[in-house]
Amino acid sequence: MARRTPDREYIPPVQTLQVRYAKRGRMRFASHRDFQRAWERALRRVGVPMAYSAGFSPHPKVSYAGAAPTGAASEAEFLEFSVVQQIDPRAVRQALNAALPEGLDIVAVVEATAPLVDQLRASRWRMEWPFDVTEAIAAFAAADSVEVERITKAGRRILDVRALCSAIQMPEPRVMELTVAHAEPTPRPAEVVVAVRTVFPDLPDVPVLATRLGQGVPVDGGGLAAPF
Amino acid sequence: MGVSYPGVVQSVYPALERILPLVRKPIQYVGGELNASVKPWESVPVRWALMYPDAYEVGLPNQGLQILYEVLNERDDVLAERTYSVWPDMEALMREHGVPQFTVDAHRPVSAFDVLGVSFATELGYTNLLTALDLAGIPLHADERTDEHPLVIAGGHAAFNPEPIADFIDAAVIGDGEQAVLRLSDIIRDAKAAGTASRGELLDAIAASGVAYVPAKYEVSYLPDGRIRRVAPVDASTPWRVAKHTVSDLDEWPYPKQPIVPLAETVHERASVEIFRGCTRGCRFCQAGMITRPVRERSKTTIADMVQTSLSATGFEEVGLLSLSSADHSDIAALTKGLADRYEGSNTGLSLPSTRVDAFNIDLANELARNGRRSGLTFAPEGGSERIRKVINKMVTEEDLIRTVAAAYAAGWRQVKLYFMCGLPTETDEDVLQIARMAKEVIRTGREVSGRKDIRCTVSIGGFVPKPHTPFQWAAQLGWQQTDARLALLREEIRSDRELGRAIGFRYHDGRPGIVEGLLARGDRRVGPVIEAVWRDGGRFDGWSEYFDFDRWMSCAEAVGVDVDWYTTREREENEVLPWDHLDSGLDKEWLWQDWQDALDEVEVEDCRWSPCFDCGVCDQMGTEIQVGPTDGVILPIVQVTS
Repeated sequence: MARRTPDREYIPPVQTLQVRYAKRGRMRFASHRDFQRAWERALRRVGVPMAYSAGFSPHPKVSYAGAAPTGAASEAEFLEFSVVQQIDPRAVRQALNAALPEGLDIVAVVEATAPLVDQLRASRWRMEWPFDVTEAIAAFAAADSVEVERITKAGRRILDVRALCSAIQMPEPRVMELTVAHAEPTPRPAEVVVAVRTVFPDLPDVPVLATRLGQGVPVDGGGLAAPF
Repeated sequence: MGVSYPGVVQSVYPALERILPLVRKPIQYVGGELNASVKPWESVPVRWALMYPDAYEVGLPNQGLQILYEVLNERDDVLAERTYSVWPDMEALMREHGVPQFTVDAHRPVSAFDVLGVSFATELGYTNLLTALDLAGIPLHADERTDEHPLVIAGGHAAFNPEPIADFIDAAVIGDGEQAVLRLSDIIRDAKAAGTASRGELLDAIAASGVAYVPAKYEVSYLPDGRIRRVAPVDASTPWRVAKHTVSDLDEWPYPKQPIVPLAETVHERASVEIFRGCTRGCRFCQAGMITRPVRERSKTTIADMVQTSLSATGFEEVGLLSLSSADHSDIAALTKGLADRYEGSNTGLSLPSTRVDAFNIDLANELARNGRRSGLTFAPEGGSERIRKVINKMVTEEDLIRTVAAAYAAGWRQVKLYFMCGLPTETDEDVLQIARMAKEVIRTGREVSGRKDIRCTVSIGGFVPKPHTPFQWAAQLGWQQTDARLALLREEIRSDRELGRAIGFRYHDGRPGIVEGLLARGDRRVGPVIEAVWRDGGRFDGWSEYFDFDRWMSCAEAVGVDVDWYTTREREENEVLPWDHLDSGLDKEWLWQDWQDALDEVEVEDCRWSPCFDCGVCDQMGTEIQVGPTDGVILPIVQVTS
């Protein structure tokens, strides 16, 4: 009686879709795992003909590209998923938006043409302090190299945050916008804040509102070419 | 706190947003879940804040609260929002930044609502009530509140004896909440319209209506030896006893229809459908079974509709078919087969929390495991010896149990969990040691029938806590030292045979939290000061072992002059006035006493669903009746239409 074979037949995927979504308002406090659960439930609610992995506990085939950290808002998060029947990207976008909580918003759904990872080489971030940071940002921008220590389970590692930052701008005295190159590892917004405070220690340590404005491939003139 | 909101009620979110980056799991405080509801404040006359006094991850899946939330919000003249206990890291920051207790739906301050309704599944939430009141700026003591403060109303199973929290609440609803909250809403709405909504007038109206118990309208007097002399209403308009509410015809109340889907991870990641309410198996230790009588089943077609509605409203992967003993539903075989057929191959899991010790239970489990999941099977013999099982009225013989478990292993299950209690009335070491023998026999037989060595059995055991409105309400609770000693003996006995013992897991709860639970469960109004002293000393989240502090409870009890043993390990006599006697669960006190005597004589009692009425009193007293099937109708397949 003990069945050791999965009773679901494996059906190969026929289409891969790529999704750009936003984390807005209070949903910025959703962790990546929180988003994953919400996303997979939305797929089930909508009845998307998901492709499942083979095996004893099949799970839907979804892959997420470098998610923004808990607490950061984003206008440009990306993922891709596969289905076993062709679906209309536009219709599925609408249905998924209705099935997700407000603030987790699907911005675009397209059919995949190239792997996401090749199209997401850098992120544009907006970082907002509750006070004027002109002087601190000027000092940070003027530095060539600012090292920050990251402590992980695997141990300590030093990363040069400043070297990976470019196109630093200040649209307002409280706001810095900058482009952060994706690397191994990519600096997080919190580490950018630490780097700024390293060159300008007088800057008070307060929560900074970070928003990912875009992801893409850097182009001449400091902009990013978004995948879609 | 003194946070005032002149005129318009503002969201506290802007202030909250500044501290959210600093707390653990901020998502639990932001609301915005799928199927949550926010109504404009000024659009309704009656506003409820509903609280589950534990962390969001525990409180959100609570069915009671979700049902009331939806029932209230369906009304045009009522709004309801939810609030949960905040963790100590959040509490500290809220105090530092002046953020009051808030609802997660619209982040409105709890103090602005008309009612704060708190559902107590367990007594260990009492200190968390005090945290919420204090953070809300609501005086802890009901008699210090003014017209500006919400009415604080308790509900849930623990509210069947609300005396220990009588000082802190304005009222308690006992029994099913669906109709009671609507009647309370009517009273509040009408009083507001008539200009008679002062705190005193409202509580008078509520007390006189009998819809809820208002502790301040009753006076307790005591005998010189400390026992209660009597509990009497303070005026002629207040009834001597307050009766529980019973919803009849559950098919008319198919809630929740739109279960809330949390973003945060919670303790139950599934939808739940209650397939019946009440239980008449008559297990003498079981408060839930005693206070929720009679059995009221939902029809299988209503259940099937509710399953589909909640799946499509939520996207959950699993549905639990809940009740106190789900395998006892009169249509359960057709129901499980119908649902298993309908969802076969869909990656939808069905679960049936059932602990019945019989072969039928395994048939059901096999049916539900068709979709591939085959985790563990759970049985609850509750007592280790046949003698003690007669005392608690758990009618299962050792032979039945072994045969049943053997059938489970033969059917391919590898892991079986057995639930027991320690400290039952009349129990001796010998009764508990029999658990070890039983577990070993289970493994021996299991290996034989399955031909495998890798089968396992887990013994899970906790201390018994006597509860109000049960035949054991008079019983002496076993002291924690004796409980722990007995559990240690049992562990030794299990491990004494290394070969079999290796296949037996042993999980137990130490006896100390049970003593505090016992104090709060059978306490009277004199226990309130202990709760307050513990809270003032920092007591929070008593249901969590990492926060629970037994020594603090004992030293605070001593400091306010409460003898914990008197409330817990003392056996009561027949004529003693019990603190909850004026709260009417329908059970006849004489019948309960007779059942207690039968327990001591090891005499069993049948289930009234399958045998003549034995006059427990409930149906007579409450004007209710048993509602069981089977019903007509078939569970149809769902046709999937995809774009």
